[in-house]
Amino acid sequence: MTTTPILRIDDVYKSFGATQVLKGFSLSIQPQEVVVLVGPSGSGKSTLLRCINLLHPPTSGRIWLEEEEITAPGVNHDRVRQRIGMVFQDFNLFTHLTALGNVMIGLTKVRKMHKKEAHDLAMFELERVGLVDRAGHYPAQLSGGQKQRVAIARALGMDPHIMLFDEPTSALDPELTGEVLEVMQQLAKEGMTMIVVSHEMGFARQVASRVVFMEGGVVVEEGPPQQMFEQPKYERTRAFLRKITDLEGDEK
Amino acid sequence: MQAFLDLLNNVTPGLLQGTVITLQIAAVSLLLGMAIGLPVGVGRVYGPVWLQRVLGAYVTLFQGTPLLIQLFVVYYGLPDLGLTFGRMEAAFLTLGLNSGAYQAEYLRGALQSVSEGQMTAARAIGMSKWQAIRSIILPQALRLVLPAWSNEVIAMLKNTAVVFVIAVPDLMTQAKNLSSRYFAPIPIYMTVAVFYIILVGAVYLILRQVERRVQIPGLTGDAESAA
Amino acid sequence: MDFFQDLATTFNFILQGLWVTIGVTLVALSVGFVFGVVMAMLRVYGNAFFRALAAAYSVIVRAVPVVVIIFILFFVIARFVNLSPFWAGSLALGFASGAYQSEIFRGAFQSVPPGQMTAARAIGMSRVQAIQSIILPQAVRLALPAWGNEATLVLKDSTLVFVVGVPEILRRAQQVSARTLEPFIAFGLALLLYLALTLLTTQVLQWLERRYRLQM
Repeated sequence: MTTTPILRIDDVYKSFGATQVLKGFSLSIQPQEVVVLVGPSGSGKSTLLRCINLLHPPTSGRIWLEEEEITAPGVNHDRVRQRIGMVFQDFNLFTHLTALGNVMIGLTKVRKMHKKEAHDLAMFELERVGLVDRAGHYPAQLSGGQKQRVAIARALGMDPHIMLFDEPTSALDPELTGEVLEVMQQLAKEGMTMIVVSHEMGFARQVASRVVFMEGGVVVEEGPPQQMFEQPKYERTRAFLRKITDLEGDEK
Repeated sequence: MQAFLDLLNNVTPGLLQGTVITLQIAAVSLLLGMAIGLPVGVGRVYGPVWLQRVLGAYVTLFQGTPLLIQLFVVYYGLPDLGLTFGRMEAAFLTLGLNSGAYQAEYLRGALQSVSEGQMTAARAIGMSKWQAIRSIILPQALRLVLPAWSNEVIAMLKNTAVVFVIAVPDLMTQAKNLSSRYFAPIPIYMTVAVFYIILVGAVYLILRQVERRVQIPGLTGDAESAA
Repeated sequence: MDFFQDLATTFNFILQGLWVTIGVTLVALSVGFVFGVVMAMLRVYGNAFFRALAAAYSVIVRAVPVVVIIFILFFVIARFVNLSPFWAGSLALGFASGAYQSEIFRGAFQSVPPGQMTAARAIGMSRVQAIQSIILPQAVRLALPAWGNEATLVLKDSTLVFVVGVPEILRRAQQVSARTLEPFIAFGLALLLYLALTLLTTQVLQWLERRYRLQM
């Protein structure tokens, strides 16, 4: 089972001014793992994802992506980000481009593909998220769920080695979360390595290989979903997971 | 009435010649202003702090002083420093620098109103900062800036009227010469006013068409119906 | 030392134009205020004829360069009365500014809630009374930020009366440059003087706006 981890986070600290958000976070992730990251708001989940793809480089600590230490000085951050796909809570689709254009622009501008080739690959990615028939629509013409699926296709187009999801369904109306979770489940099945910040506990139970509970900028406890949900080591973990499971139950 | 029609007959060719020059000055100065305003606007938002300061000073200087005095400084003043310009060149340069300051400000506002998530998402797919500005932020900002830019085009048409003080042969200069030749300033300046109304009206209608053409589908539908 | 003495002499000469510039600006702004408020009222509350008249004034005047309007009115005024260039120029500038101000006040009038008029009529005010004592005071406050912007524009446009010979800052600079043969210094100083004036005006207007906002 133990191979080289695809991602290794070692003692990462991150501060914004005087506020310390991550306080020595460490985690290793194996290829094809799906890690669901949970924790109270302000615990540093989003910050962690932004540290991993260097949108906010860590204040200290080291991160390896496959063989490369990406926090080493002189590393080209733009190239690192191409290997790490990211999906945002509020989609952040490029407003002035169609669904197809959103997927294509990274292919033509970053991966320097020819237009024809980029077009075909983009259509393939839209097919994967079930949106070929919306290729010519602009973001403002799409539903929230469709927007998020386009955003996933856009990230997939870059051929990422790992995907980060930052609360991908929390800006969606409840009836639209299903279509996004389905796409994510499909990706997991295809063997994509994923880190998912989400409070969708149903998804965590079914899809996650590991659940990580973090609080105050560090890992409190981690383990397979079954163990985390049924016999967590710490009372805090139990209390938190029960709270969000209950909340979810209330909603439904 | 007949006398007025005779006068009109006599002055129209000269006024039309002047109109061509006026349009030429407006077009060249607008393009020059765009060439200045685009990098200045981008620099004021995304440049290093020292650059933002320098560019801010340029904008303040040109927005905070009358165009007419700027024209005098450029045409009569700069030769003292060894920089001599012809009449047309001085007109292009002054109006271009003036318009550049305004265009930069409009662009700055538009750049700042593109949501931050657009930059984040562009960086997340591996674009460099400048790539993101060029392919993601600017195309959106340029659409947002269009209404303000349309106003700037009309302001420019009207601003060109001051260049007669350095005897550029524009519409106003023609009017001035003709009114002293025919001793009829009031009807001639009234005719000139009508010329400007037609020019401004035509440009206004054209720009509205352009604005409609470049709207992002689905996004601006509400703005359209509100307007 | 000589250089600085010359500079001071030149500056002092130009500085005398400052009062003329301020005078032109204040007269034009006041005239424009009257035109603007009256035209805006006609536009919003007038009958079809007055609405059309006010709209035509606004659209036509705003489509014509201010300097053309100054020329036309200068010659028109000269035909009927004997006014100094200062007054003719200032009135003309005010007439032009009135069109821009009418747009500002029209927007302000329209953003006073309609319930204000209804309430005023309900306590027995006539329409004119209601406009005068209820709507107008509110509209003027609402218009203040845009009006402040127009004030700085008029301040800059006031230099256009140069073309009819008013001895304002630019005219003084031109006169002194003809004597000293140093146009860069003369016009440069005029430019800086104007810059100081507009920056100061902007500060004062911002202060006014803040103050007014606190009272709301």
